[in-house]
Amino acid sequence: MSEEIHADKVMDLKGLPCPMPVVKVSKGIKEVEVGQVIEAVTTDPGSLADFPAWARTSGNQILKTDQGDGVIKFYIQRKA
Amino acid sequence: MQNSTILEKEIEPKEENLSRLKELEDQINGIKEKLESLTKSAPSNKLSMIVFSGDLDKVLAAFIIATGAVAMGMEVVMFFTFWGTPVLRDKNKKAGDKDLMGKMFGSMLPKGTCEVKLSKMNMAGMGTKMMKSLMKKKNVASLEQMIEMAGELGVQIYVCEMSMDLMGFKQEEIIDYPNMSFCGVAKFLEEAMDSKVQLFI
Repeated sequence: MSEEIHADKVMDLKGLPCPMPVVKVSKGIKEVEVGQVIEAVTTDPGSLADFPAWARTSGNQILKTDQGDGVIKFYIQRKA
Repeated sequence: MQNSTILEKEIEPKEENLSRLKELEDQINGIKEKLESLTKSAPSNKLSMIVFSGDLDKVLAAFIIATGAVAMGMEVVMFFTFWGTPVLRDKNKKAGDKDLMGKMFGSMLPKGTCEVKLSKMNMAGMGTKMMKSLMKKKNVASLEQMIEMAGELGVQIYVCEMSMDLMGFKQEEIIDYPNMSFCGVAKFLEEAMDSKVQLFI
């Protein structure tokens, strides 16, 4: 049984294609405190590559990626 | 113990040691200077893009890259030149006082985003219409929405003054956009020199 991650904010990005998921999550991460976690839910398969790339360059950390039923969930911790 | 004896030996103020020390000091100063000028000339985390094309697909791609780059934490500067300039015309604005050529270009070139066509498969406008409805269906942001979003995100737009003049466009017929100004090639080059990424679309 994997450990549940507590999300301080949930962003529903389902149905949004490129570049909206990354644009929205980059705005959303600024609305939580450093150390807090965002749960971002997308349906865009491209975000599987985009979110890690965005996290690396923006200095944030993806704690966990869940995938299933065409939905991808990212748990992202604000680092900077 | 052993170290300190070596040190004592080394700092013995012999003539040759002093000159060697001076030499090293000069070398370090030279390196410092070089490092300083290198840090000064290192490009910023910025994207400079030339939008030369006036095709819907290419301009859309330019704005997708621009907004994505802001999301990645970059500063973004877009330069609209040649066929790119009519994309920024506002269909509801009128500019009087045009000469014959200006009027001709004005009527033949698209008046704003709604008249911009695909570079391929336009098929007398049918292809563009189909693409737009497909984009709506697939939730892809329209060019108008992309421009608005770029404005909100702080993307800077420069418009080439020479292209405007050549095609007879006036500044008063350009869309309202928060960070827009008019410039020449030197402004683009200044920004490009200071950018990690430069694109020509």
